[in-house]
Amino acid sequence: MMKAWYLLFLVQFALVLWPPFYNRVEPTWIGVPFFYWYQLLCVVIGAVLTAIVYFATRRRR
Amino acid sequence: MQSVNWTALIVFLLLFAFITWLGFAAARWRRGDLDLLHEWGLGGRRFGTVVTWFLVGGDLYTAYTFVAVPALAFGAGAIAFFAVPYTIVIYPILFLVFPRLWVVCHRHNYITAADFVRGRFGNRWLALAVAVTGLVATMPYIALQLVGIQVVVGALGISGTGLAADLPLIIAFIVLAAFTYSSGLRAPASIAIVKDLLIYVTAFAAVIVIPIQLGGFGRIFAAVPPQKLLLAIPGADTTGQYSAYATLALGSALALFLYPHSITGLLSASSGQAIRRNAAMLPGYSLMLGLLALIGFFAVAAGVQAMPEYAAGFKEFGNNFAVPALLLHSFPDWFVGVAFAAIGIGALVPAAIMSIAAANTYTRNIHREFINRNPTDRQEAQMAKWVSLIVKFGALAFILFVPTQYAIQLQLLGGIWIVQILPAVMLGVYTRWFNDRALLIGWAVGMIAGTAMAIASNLTPTYPLKLGAWTFPGYTALYTVILNLVVAAVLTLVFNAMRAPRAPFDETVATDYSI
Repeated sequence: MMKAWYLLFLVQFALVLWPPFYNRVEPTWIGVPFFYWYQLLCVVIGAVLTAIVYFATRRRR
Repeated sequence: MQSVNWTALIVFLLLFAFITWLGFAAARWRRGDLDLLHEWGLGGRRFGTVVTWFLVGGDLYTAYTFVAVPALAFGAGAIAFFAVPYTIVIYPILFLVFPRLWVVCHRHNYITAADFVRGRFGNRWLALAVAVTGLVATMPYIALQLVGIQVVVGALGISGTGLAADLPLIIAFIVLAAFTYSSGLRAPASIAIVKDLLIYVTAFAAVIVIPIQLGGFGRIFAAVPPQKLLLAIPGADTTGQYSAYATLALGSALALFLYPHSITGLLSASSGQAIRRNAAMLPGYSLMLGLLALIGFFAVAAGVQAMPEYAAGFKEFGNNFAVPALLLHSFPDWFVGVAFAAIGIGALVPAAIMSIAAANTYTRNIHREFINRNPTDRQEAQMAKWVSLIVKFGALAFILFVPTQYAIQLQLLGGIWIVQILPAVMLGVYTRWFNDRALLIGWAVGMIAGTAMAIASNLTPTYPLKLGAWTFPGYTALYTVILNLVVAAVLTLVFNAMRAPRAPFDETVATDYSI
């Protein structure tokens, strides 16, 4: 089923819409608190997941 | 205020002159008959993946965003970072909903969201509600773009009294109005490419150079007051900043692509697949926005607010001066000119697209629907061109004669209003189950409740919703669109049970939505 790939989108929502999960300083990365670098990392993860969904659901010509 | 920074001003003016030329030259780019509304107002729907990326990126991530988000981080701290989850969750929504909207709009030559709603639900009053909501939400947004220009003009050291003080802004707007009138959407599309390259250069330079000057990220974050570094831990019977943060992100994401200028940008793409590809590529801008938000903290660490040379700027522009002050403090003058041009041009691109979108909406959904039902193609395009001028000068007059604070508050209300068209537009792309009159009543309830809640919370975005002993502070737009949906769904069931007649006409068929 192609549609199952769309479930990957739920990951993006789950990663960032529950602030208690990432509202902390440690572990820091090059001095940046977790709160900030984690969410920036999620931008990249979100883009990769969206690209995966794009390629997986693209109709073959 | 400090004296005029000539080097920066000259670089700034040269870049401005270049994009002015580009804006007029754009009329000949992918040449089309600009006397047709879809050519003038949608660039002929011919922009491929890459141009769409620049256009939509330049459209959504506006100059005001680039000034205001770091300013919020500078003033309020961690809560400002909601812009990052906001611009993460937005892209699944874009991917799922808007390629379908693109296809159906392409098949039926719809130019606006209200065109689609009119065709789908066959109810002109519902379409009017969608159109008017779009117009009132867009107007203050255009006005806010001017704030971005005002801040950088002030930071370049240009000051005056009376009319002279506003002259740079007036000139910028006349230029903007002229090239939008003559080139339509092709102008902001071509300028967006230049503007975005400038913004990326500025952002990456700032994120690399300034931390080195300040001694590393560790020192920067150590300078941020601890209570601003993270979201406040909620108290005993409230979800506090946690629910505020998450609902701001989700509610803003639901609202963003409903704005007329977002839909104009998306409909100008050459295919639904181009929009899907952009859902994976546009996060590039989100990353930059997140990095720019950090610049607010750089400004805290650099201590620009305490420096006497920037005191006048902070006095005039408040926290919005944090980014310009930091750039002036950290970079050589010529690069300051580049960075300020990026912000100034970054205001013109969305302002142009917003005015085109408002013009398309007025022309199609108010004038053609209620005043002149059978215009020629030429009359329709000409009407839109005139309306784009009226809209822009309306915004200019607003910002010159009304305190900036009102524009900010109206833009806040605009976000709460625009999300109320979600059921008709975003769910309409998937289903015609909702009764058209139920949608209209749901919209009205959402508008009234949203406005009342915003006023009750002193025109701040979050409303402290009380359920029993618990308080859930959350974004009013999200709360009220849920209310809107419940009302529309319940009334649809009631109307169906009463076997009430409904507008029978759906112009679209199921295959119109498959991409």
